[in-house]
Amino acid sequence: MQLTDLTMLELAEKLAAKEVSSEEATRASLARIQQVDPKVRAFLRVDEAGALAAARASDARRAAGSPAGVLDGVPLGLKDLFLTEGVETTAGSRLLEGFVPPYDATVVRLLKEAGLPLVGKLNLDEFAMGSSNESSAYFSCHNPWDLSRTPGGSSGGSAAAVAAREVPGALGTDTGGSIRQPAALTNTVGLKPTYGRVSRYGVIAFASSLDQPGPMTRTVADAAALLQVIARPDVQDATSSDAPVPDYSADLEAGVRGLKLGVPREYFTEGMDPEVEASIREALREYERLGATLVDVSLPHTKYALATYYLIAPAEASSNLARYDGVRFGKRAQDARSLRDVYTLTREEGFGSEVKRRIMLGTYALSSGYYDAYYLRAQKVRTLIREDFTRAFQQVDALLSPTSPVPAFKLGEKVEDPMAMYLMDIYTLPCNLAGLPGLSVPCGFTKAGLPVGLQILGRPFDEAGLLRIARAYEREHDFFRRFAPL
Amino acid sequence: MALTLEQVRHVATLARLSLTPEEEQRFTTQLSAVLDAVEQLQALDVEAVEPTCHATLTSSRLREDVMRPSLPPEKSLANAPAKSGTAFAVPKIIE
Repeated sequence: MQLTDLTMLELAEKLAAKEVSSEEATRASLARIQQVDPKVRAFLRVDEAGALAAARASDARRAAGSPAGVLDGVPLGLKDLFLTEGVETTAGSRLLEGFVPPYDATVVRLLKEAGLPLVGKLNLDEFAMGSSNESSAYFSCHNPWDLSRTPGGSSGGSAAAVAAREVPGALGTDTGGSIRQPAALTNTVGLKPTYGRVSRYGVIAFASSLDQPGPMTRTVADAAALLQVIARPDVQDATSSDAPVPDYSADLEAGVRGLKLGVPREYFTEGMDPEVEASIREALREYERLGATLVDVSLPHTKYALATYYLIAPAEASSNLARYDGVRFGKRAQDARSLRDVYTLTREEGFGSEVKRRIMLGTYALSSGYYDAYYLRAQKVRTLIREDFTRAFQQVDALLSPTSPVPAFKLGEKVEDPMAMYLMDIYTLPCNLAGLPGLSVPCGFTKAGLPVGLQILGRPFDEAGLLRIARAYEREHDFFRRFAPL
Repeated sequence: MALTLEQVRHVATLARLSLTPEEEQRFTTQLSAVLDAVEQLQALDVEAVEPTCHATLTSSRLREDVMRPSLPPEKSLANAPAKSGTAFAVPKIIE
């Protein structure tokens, strides 16, 4: 058994028992990255010195009998969207190449305070815009289960690094499915918390009313432990919630007997891969065997979610990305002569295709004469989508669905067809529009050995319920014991 | 809804993007396709529906309006592409 084969909590146990030091665990992670990352390409940057210094500090705390928490000393990876003081942070964009943040994101500060050595920055779609990691300005990340395929996006680097056992856990962000979709495509657990549960301060913004950071791990228990560290009200994020933070591990083993689980009929329609559907149907039967009652529910406005999302997210993005003007940070076009040139040439040179496409779409939707017809109308439809969920949760405790309509697809397959790529998020993005928590848990493999993910959606702030439901399934199957062939 | 090349150029100006002719062509096609797909929202009657801005937010978190430590100028300027003393430098805008 290699150290890197351990889950976060298995490693934490060994650290607590002093069977292994954080420095050993961190060095094992760094060695694994050196060994497999040339194939996977999950990391944009490895911070060996910073990680080892944090690991030695963790070991010193252990030796003094005062660890900072359960996960003290467990190495972690970060999507390169989280500001980390002194470590280059690029959001996968050329525009931010060389940008060294002067402060830490709140979640980064919390992770440091909890003693987790941060080993490096993970690959992503540029500014988190994409569903395959191919819009990273640096290089595409590869799926550890089949290197010719995408790990999904935009937190594809985070998912791939965990699936390749380069790190036992990572943080991602989810705007329309960017934690759950890559988790499903890589046999990992991905949790998008309720909007406002985790601070967005210092997380490079894509669409501010939808973005939410969350854990990506190999097991449900690890996701609970990691969420425990980062879920916190934050005065520096005006949209952060004051709702009390429960003990996410307390009811993990409580099972699903007596729970009512909704199966939204609009999530089982054409376009779904037959093997994905078979895995999900089998998972539904498993929940019945475990004592849950399945309830047929309807979310009638589901078919409008994709259109709603692809107006709201780009509109917010066009506004957020206006700050990249070549004046205060990031690259400035060399041959800009006037201030207007500084703006337009910097943005022309710095942004990739997907980012420009979304800025254009968002600017159009917000522009004079189109605001009411597009943006305002989308915000109204968003209300209808949210009300669908509210009604459903009066009948059931959680909803079950596929996470992604298809398993991991080939790199290059959908790059030139934005609508085909956008369809990858069809089951995940309604949850972001409604601000709900969502989780993807491994639920099997296709005949070709590609992972399939089951999505569980819950009421606002019911992360504990989702974790418990996911754990009940995980306990029966242990898919996390299967390792990607690397 | 089909966009014209002129509209794409206008939106690019609003978005402070200078597009290559190839990009203008590509975005005209691709944005038209996306706008076609979102056209279905026009079919819904949303006259009486309130818009949602933040799904779970009831009120904004406010803090006391008091001075707090902020980033020192040298840190704020550390990533500036061009600076002059303690200011960000940009090309001259007044002749």
